[in-house]
Amino acid sequence: MLSVRSLQVRYGEVEAVRCVDLTVGRGEIVALVGANGAGKSTTLAAISGLVRPAGGSVTFQGEDVTGLAPELIARRGVALTPEGRRVFASLTTAENLMLGGAVHLGRAALKEREAEMLDLFPILRRYHRIKAGNLSGGEQQMLAIARSLMSKPKLLLLDEPSLGLAPQIIDKVFDLIADLRRSGLTILLVEQNVALALEIADSAVVIANGNVALSGSAAELATSDLVRQAYLGI
Amino acid sequence: MLVQQIVNAISLGGVYALLALGLAIVFSIVGLINFAHGELMTIAGYCLLGALLMGVPLAVAVVVAVASAAIAAVLMEQIAFKPMRGASVTSLLITSFAVSSLLKVLFQNGISARPQPIAMPSWMTGAFQFGHVSIGVGPLLSIAGSALALIALELFLRRTVMGTAMRAAAEDFNVVRLMGIPAGRIIATAFLLSGLLAGLASLLWIAQRASVDPLMGFTPVLKAFIATVVGGLGSLPGAVVGGLLLGVIEVALQSALPPDVAPYRDAIVLSGVILVLLFRPDGVIPAARAQRS
Ligand SMILES: Nc1ncnc2c1ncn2[C@@H]1O[C@H](COP(=O)(O)OP(=O)(O)OP(=O)(O)O)[C@@H](O)[C@H]1O
Ligand SMILES: [Mg+2]
Repeated sequence: MLSVRSLQVRYGEVEAVRCVDLTVGRGEIVALVGANGAGKSTTLAAISGLVRPAGGSVTFQGEDVTGLAPELIARRGVALTPEGRRVFASLTTAENLMLGGAVHLGRAALKEREAEMLDLFPILRRYHRIKAGNLSGGEQQMLAIARSLMSKPKLLLLDEPSLGLAPQIIDKVFDLIADLRRSGLTILLVEQNVALALEIADSAVVIANGNVALSGSAAELATSDLVRQAYLGI
Repeated sequence: MLVQQIVNAISLGGVYALLALGLAIVFSIVGLINFAHGELMTIAGYCLLGALLMGVPLAVAVVVAVASAAIAAVLMEQIAFKPMRGASVTSLLITSFAVSSLLKVLFQNGISARPQPIAMPSWMTGAFQFGHVSIGVGPLLSIAGSALALIALELFLRRTVMGTAMRAAAEDFNVVRLMGIPAGRIIATAFLLSGLLAGLASLLWIAQRASVDPLMGFTPVLKAFIATVVGGLGSLPGAVVGGLLLGVIEVALQSALPPDVAPYRDAIVLSGVILVLLFRPDGVIPAARAQRS
């Protein structure tokens, strides 16, 4: 469904991504892991169109989308839940959700989808008319994911959904990710918590300094010495 | 006398508020202080004049004038600012200075450097009598116009998808784009709104001065700029509060200052501004802005 080939991204002098290859098949969860500053978020930014790659290609559903504007890539069915949640703090929960689906769905479908999201994330129901800035970190993360799902994406890019959350909340978020996959969604998951990511993913790509260091099935990587030493601390 | 002064203060403050809002809307979305905002006022003024000279009824001329400012604002963005997207704030500022100067020269050479009179209908220069208080129709009209515009803008920003997207874009433009909402349309709408507000402000300004000249936008927009800074750069409620505050202070000083101190009025107002900013560097009502990465 998604195929990234020899991706290269520069911020001025900084080579954030040097050469990243990855493939995500329909219905899969692929984990993208690596140390701080390895280039994970930058890879997602390039896939979603927020930054223009300096080289390489991004192909989504067989079509070349390299360097397209983010709004165009979003319309093709790719949704990014960015690192740090980035909900619209001064907008209500309802408004945040509405914007997530506004250009993708008609008025009636939007209402219907919103109801579905509130069923999926019952805690959000209580905060419907409350400004998103007043929600707790975990609630904001739920809202950020729900907002991305409003557009009924085919591919969800999740950037560190566990960041800054309490362990019980992290479990909830990961249960939810597993549920989403069961419902047929394809997910590319960036995660610092490598153990958790490998537990839920089908395959994984480890990047270091902007290059792919290792890739393979999640089960394989979980038992590889490199991953165990460098990321799992075993 | 006091009632009259209050009406004058709110009417002046209302015009500043409309202009400040236009500046603030564009700033909150694009990060640009549009120094050519005053020229939008001037364009509306000349279009009003032109329409009236062609014998168009006043009501139609008013619509033409406001629409022309709105169209000019959108064109300004498409022609001058859009090619500069991604450029530094300084380059954008300089571009807006250039647009402003260019338009001023065009007005001076293409039309006339001298003020052109616009005949206001006689009912507009009249006054209502309440007992022995008389209140000008002009200022009252101006207050009503500003209030209606504020309400309409508020409804637009709260009730429509585009309005909601604009509030979101002021916080985090990139995430709005991630939702599939086209950046170009949001920016164009921001300029359209700022043009509509400038056009309306221009009419209210002209209604009390009955003439148009190439530099007519300079002073009010300078005041509006001060109002946006006092209110909190990029904050819409701040722009309104700042505008009203500035109007009230100006009128109050005008009537309270002894004649020999009067020339220093603007200096006194600006000192007050500096004082406000010393205590509240982000303005009276700071803009809510998340990370802009
Ligand atoms: N906007 C930017 N401008 C300049 N350099 C940047 C920018 N964003 C990221 N970088 C740099 O690019 C490199 C990769 O950053 P990136 O955010 O992709 O890392 P990451 O793997 O997501 O890290 P983390 O786990 O901390 O989120 C880092 O060295 C970072 O400093
Ligand atoms: Mg990151």
